[in-house]
Amino acid sequence: MKVLIPSALRSYTDKSEAEAQGATLAAVLANLDSQYPGIRFRMIDEQDRIRRHIRIFVNGDQARDLSQPLAAADEVIIVQALSGG
Amino acid sequence: MAVKPNKQKLATRAQGSTSRGARARQRSPVVVLVATRKGAWLYHGDAARKSWRIDGPHFLGHVVSHLVLDPRDGRTLLAAAKTGHLGPTVFRSTDLGKTWKEAAKPPAFAKAPDGEQGRSVDHTFWLAPGRAADTGVWYAGTSPQGLFRSSDGGATWEPFSTVNDDPQLREWMGTAQDGTPDGPKLHSVIVDPRDSSHFYIAMSGGGVHESVDGGRTWKTLIKGLEVPEGFGFDASKPTFHDPHCIRLCPSNPDRLYQQNHCGIYRLDRPSDTWVRIGKNMPKRVGDIGFPMVVHPRDADAVWVFPMDGTSVWPRTSPDGRPAVYATRNGGKSWQRLDAGLPAKQAWWTVKRQAMTADAVDPVGLYFGTTSGELWMSRDEGRRWAPIAQHLPEIYAVEAATVS
Repeated sequence: MKVLIPSALRSYTDKSEAEAQGATLAAVLANLDSQYPGIRFRMIDEQDRIRRHIRIFVNGDQARDLSQPLAAADEVIIVQALSGG
Repeated sequence: MAVKPNKQKLATRAQGSTSRGARARQRSPVVVLVATRKGAWLYHGDAARKSWRIDGPHFLGHVVSHLVLDPRDGRTLLAAAKTGHLGPTVFRSTDLGKTWKEAAKPPAFAKAPDGEQGRSVDHTFWLAPGRAADTGVWYAGTSPQGLFRSSDGGATWEPFSTVNDDPQLREWMGTAQDGTPDGPKLHSVIVDPRDSSHFYIAMSGGGVHESVDGGRTWKTLIKGLEVPEGFGFDASKPTFHDPHCIRLCPSNPDRLYQQNHCGIYRLDRPSDTWVRIGKNMPKRVGDIGFPMVVHPRDADAVWVFPMDGTSVWPRTSPDGRPAVYATRNGGKSWQRLDAGLPAKQAWWTVKRQAMTADAVDPVGLYFGTTSGELWMSRDEGRRWAPIAQHLPEIYAVEAATVS
């Protein structure tokens, strides 16, 4: 499925859009990490929590649980959510 | 992630005098490593430490807490970094910053069992190379407080010792409310150069601790340290102690100095009682501050950078008049060293990792300010001159010798 990558993580992917496979959000992120080593830990902490200033949307709805099931046609968007100087 | 940094091959010239002796005794180029809230810079000095070539920014926009050169090879750099959005990591360069590679496994706490609330590393705060004989060994202190070790030059990291899970130490560490504003920190990771099983660590807050068995057990080392007055705090409880920076003297590993929340202290082992040597500082300046710098060859000589720790703790230079203070006799007396520094209306200060010394004779001193200025002295503090201005807030400064 298509995964949109925010600018803060494009140093890993070199592009704004990646392809990843998996039946759950956790599996998709693991697949993404196997293609781009290190990218998952920048988004997901060691307790499998989505980091404070990262948001993940599936088909426009915010995902809060890595066990969320995904279908091949779903679109995953990763967003960096932080403001301030 | 492989990273290619922006590079600026510019030259800058620090002002001030240099003795002929300094030039004569200079052997190796010094590189000053500057870690800031928004990236890292390397300043390569010439043989006289008079002009500086800028290399940076590296990791522009990253919060870089510490940038350290491996003294065992003079080429390998480790950078502790994160961004506002992204989780923490460690970057490694084996060619003095030309290219960088991300650690395959950055410091991270163990996954908690189901149903339990586990901790996650917010940022790696402190990087410390192992002993000269222990090639590839590094230690890292984190926020929230954790201790980690790498045995492969910083590529992979594992929790180290019992610190991260010890219930008593965890109680003394407290919560986010008990630490520094951007998170409680484990710092001042010191390995005895004579004994790889002998460690000191400091916790802000949570006191000073020592292990003589490779980190299996820890003993508190807070006797003699004072706690804030007027609150009824029990000085025997580590939770009330906030060591800001501890340094071991390279020329005498049985002597340590500490800049503490409540003064400047010295410890001469095997004694376990810290002696407050800051009481000999001028009363109007006080002995509160963050950095502590030891002389590479003289265990009686140290430098500190006092700050205003009165009332609401402004944490600025006292009276807006920044100055380094030095002792040459183990803290019996102190000398103000402010020649070249702003005489008034300078309200910056220096963080705990942002002041350091090189190993040249005479010793070069360096500090970075919260307002993004990098200052140096080529004559052990007698005269100061800026190397750089207009950097982001400086978190850490290290001076190292390039091989």
